[in-house]
Amino acid sequence: MKDQMMKKNKKSSKKGFLFLGLVIVGFALITILVPEKSPLILQTSFDYFKQMAMVFPAVLILMGLFTVWVSKEFVMTHLGESSGIKGIAVAFFLGAIPTGPIFIAFPMAQALHKKGASYTNIVIFLSAWACIKIPQELMELQFMGAKFMLARLGMTTVFITLMGIIINKLMNTEKEIEVKI
Amino acid sequence: MKTVILINGLVIISLIISFSKDKMKTKKSIMIALKTLGKIAPSILSVIMLIGIMYGLFADKIALFFGQENGVIGFVSIALFGSVLHIPALLAFPLAGSFLQEGASISSVTAFITTLTMIGIVTLPLEIKTMGKKFAIYRNLISFAIALIIAALMGVIL
Repeated sequence: MKDQMMKKNKKSSKKGFLFLGLVIVGFALITILVPEKSPLILQTSFDYFKQMAMVFPAVLILMGLFTVWVSKEFVMTHLGESSGIKGIAVAFFLGAIPTGPIFIAFPMAQALHKKGASYTNIVIFLSAWACIKIPQELMELQFMGAKFMLARLGMTTVFITLMGIIINKLMNTEKEIEVKI
Repeated sequence: MKTVILINGLVIISLIISFSKDKMKTKKSIMIALKTLGKIAPSILSVIMLIGIMYGLFADKIALFFGQENGVIGFVSIALFGSVLHIPALLAFPLAGSFLQEGASISSVTAFITTLTMIGIVTLPLEIKTMGKKFAIYRNLISFAIALIIAALMGVIL
């Protein structure tokens, strides 16, 4: 069993490297075909890398601490299936506090999932992270105006919650089917 | 920058508290962090590289899309464009604001912003790796539908 899991892990990390290789080949092709685009691509990638490198190690350690110290019961009562409206509020709050780019959120979502957070709350957490981050809303207020920002914020909040509930249903029915088989 | 200091400060304090309470547990949590890093590092590097490529190739073509805005097809293609593109949201708003001033409709600007932030074709490999294929596909597909609904409603309300 453990052997099988190790094999699976190795296989999936090979896939990761394969993908990285493909992207690098793609970049090399672009550099050959449209060399004038290459500096902007490198600059943007580098900016992103810097931005990420400054917070990512901290986020990973926080995740490690979270995995070791926070009990499954705690996550389940606050973000689990029966956490209700309070769980939704916690998920929105965790997503909206300013923390960094979206790809940091995925490993965090995985950690929450392993500890028993419901799919509803994970979807809300990820979506809130993606589109109602507090600094982002301030930019929206400044450039799009208060009416636009408030209307979009209100609708996004409602629809994100609905989506969370729908995805939770979809994921859980599939689990039931798998169990029956 | 403030965010960076805040997060790193918070983590250092947490580490110190954790270490003073239980050395073994702290060691274990650092091991977990390193293991996770090893697992997702290639995906993250590819995502960063892809973002650079997308931005480099398409950033100056966004305005073109809004120029040809016509009917449902134009609207959906703007939404699709927002899904594929990945630029920092903080840069997206000044851009979207300028399109609005140049006469783009509220619906298409909303569709662009919402798909840009909620849907990540570029980050999909990472999402699949951490949350599984089913979850990632559901979330992105439903997000796309929601983005279109929100955009249409915004056009009606404002």
